[in-house]
Amino acid sequence: MMPDLGKYAETVLSAYVASLVLLAALVLLSLWRGRRMRVQLNELEDRIRQDG
Amino acid sequence: MTISAKANAIWAYANPKKFLAASERVLPFFWISSGLCLVVGLTWGFFFTPDDYRQGSTVKIIYLHVPAALLAINTWFMMLVASLIWLIRRHHVSVLAARAAAPVGVVMTVIALVTGAIWGQPMWGTWWAWDPRLTSFLILFLFYLGYIALWEAIENPDAAADLTSVLCLVGSVFAVLSRYAVNFWNQGLHQGASVMRIEAVTGADTQEKVSNVFFFPLLICIVGFVLLFVALVLYRTGTEIRARRFRALLARERAGA
Repeated sequence: MMPDLGKYAETVLSAYVASLVLLAALVLLSLWRGRRMRVQLNELEDRIRQDG
Repeated sequence: MTISAKANAIWAYANPKKFLAASERVLPFFWISSGLCLVVGLTWGFFFTPDDYRQGSTVKIIYLHVPAALLAINTWFMMLVASLIWLIRRHHVSVLAARAAAPVGVVMTVIALVTGAIWGQPMWGTWWAWDPRLTSFLILFLFYLGYIALWEAIENPDAAADLTSVLCLVGSVFAVLSRYAVNFWNQGLHQGASVMRIEAVTGADTQEKVSNVFFFPLLICIVGFVLLFVALVLYRTGTEIRARRFRALLARERAGA
């Protein structure tokens, strides 16, 4: 049940949407880059180990 | 264990392997507790608090604006401490932690500026004013961008660490100004601190402060933002450590080929 935000509904909702989108983007991009870097490093270490 | 032994124990985490192992152990706690605090705090604040008698429902923006602004300033101070450790003791993990924190600081500053503008429009009648606190926050945002750009622009990682650390020292002036601008200059639209004031603790408080009805969910949101910050910085520092090792191994492989 949505609270009655009155004449400021658009103001409050836009602040929440903007903030939550920014926070979600920060978390998802951090996780994506972290996973990618982990995979790339593992591949490189394996290659170096195989090459001796 | 003596106090000096305990103080020395923290330097063990300057070892990247030890840092990665320790951070991976504690990260689940920080991710889960930050998520819980944010869900509880924001749900409580948004759905179960009344409107303010002057600001109406716009008071609900406080649950995002205040924690983001607090972190925007304090992220820079964390970067300052980490940069000083690098300059004095040359621990790579500390400067990589500063690098990892910068994008978090940027996002917090943007959230504070955007929610402030959205909140300011109906309350002040304008999205933006060249008010001391708003202006020092905008300059802090530009310092964050400059810090990130400097890391990307310099190829030698140690030179980049040195120069970004010096930039961090300079930018600290604006982090302090962002916090205390309202106290330094009286003119401007932005109100003084109404959540955390030393006078409120000492009992000498005579100014208006945030009502408990809004304060408790706000406190949970602040805790949630701080825990999220810790989780993000630990995780991102791990990524920076791996990225540094990746670049070093790649350079060694190319040199050997």
